[in-house]
Amino acid sequence: MEIKTSAFAGTLESSDIQIMLMAGDNGIQIDLESDVIKQFGAQIKHVITTTLQQLNIDNVKVRAVDKGALDCVIKARTIAAAQRALETTTPAWEVL
Amino acid sequence: MAEKEERLRRTMMFVPGNNPAMVKDAGIYGADSIMFDLEDAVSMAEKDAARLLVYEALKTQDYGNAELVVRVNGLDTKYYADDVKAMVKAGIDVIRLPKVESAEMMKTLVKDVAAAEKEFGIPVGTTHVMAAIESAKGVLNAPAIAASSDRMIGVALSAEDYTTDMKTHRYPDGAELEFARNMVLHAARAAGIAAFDTVFTNMSDPEGFYRETRHIHQLGFDGKSLVNPRQIAMVNSVYEPTKDEVIKAQKVIAAIEEARIKGSGVISMNGQMVDRPVVLRAQRVMKLAKVSNLLDEEGNYIEK
Repeated sequence: MEIKTSAFAGTLESSDIQIMLMAGDNGIQIDLESDVIKQFGAQIKHVITTTLQQLNIDNVKVRAVDKGALDCVIKARTIAAAQRALETTTPAWEVL
Repeated sequence: MAEKEERLRRTMMFVPGNNPAMVKDAGIYGADSIMFDLEDAVSMAEKDAARLLVYEALKTQDYGNAELVVRVNGLDTKYYADDVKAMVKAGIDVIRLPKVESAEMMKTLVKDVAAAEKEFGIPVGTTHVMAAIESAKGVLNAPAIAASSDRMIGVALSAEDYTTDMKTHRYPDGAELEFARNMVLHAARAAGIAAFDTVFTNMSDPEGFYRETRHIHQLGFDGKSLVNPRQIAMVNSVYEPTKDEVIKAQKVIAAIEEARIKGSGVISMNGQMVDRPVVLRAQRVMKLAKVSNLLDEEGNYIEK
């Protein structure tokens, strides 16, 4: 699936993560900022990557600012950003 | 999944659906019911994100024994259909529909819930529903709304919209809500479901909160909707039975046991017959005593 427009979801409040998606041409590239990047950086990137793959998004630039989000929050924000970037309104039921 | 059995519903805590910190921590305060809000607590631009956040949280987080409720957006909004589908798929216990004015509105919800259960392979009938009554029309139709479906577990009065509809506002003594409270409560009791009182939002007036909670407890409400976890302990303290009530209830329970052992159909206590309402009240007191930590493991009253 192609990114139609740059879009983001999530806030910069505690326990949240803000995910911005932009069109890319070189796979899934993630630029992550997090206070716990040493401990959880790989896991956060893993959740974002898996979720995007499930949504069939193969080429995308991701900018993520993490404020201590749980995996379920990372997944929810990634799906929300993706829906906005793909300009779809119907949830991807098979991915939820 | 919630059972249709009589369960305690003293506190129903509102949790804004798009706030990860609150959604994640909602289970730690000991609320009987947790109500994730997709409606008024979420701005138009974030409806999609809130729905996804609550969905993922329901799928992964452990909220213990709390009954899980979601307030979806109203029937007349474009968010309603996806809200209902997502929450049914997530396995929510109860869907709360706002601004209910007729039994037909609940029947529409029940039809949509059943369709979603079929679509996502969830046993049909497992998702329960409840109605929030927020207008004069809703109050007058409360008996039909409460009896609209066997999926119904409760009706709640929502006073902010209701008082606006009635061309008044909320007063400290609550006189403006008396009719609505009694209608909603009677509708709930006649249908055999729970009745929830409205929220009390002024956190700097604990006296007023206690006064209102004691009042609705006296009327017979199951409990109250809450906006702040600090109010949970306050409501529970009002619903906590006194020592006298517990001792009396224990005697009734003992008399039931004695009658059972004797094989007697009639329960007597101090030479007097104990009839059914007394037994039901005693059982409810013991249930409340247990969750209020007033009993030891053997069921004896713990002196404070």
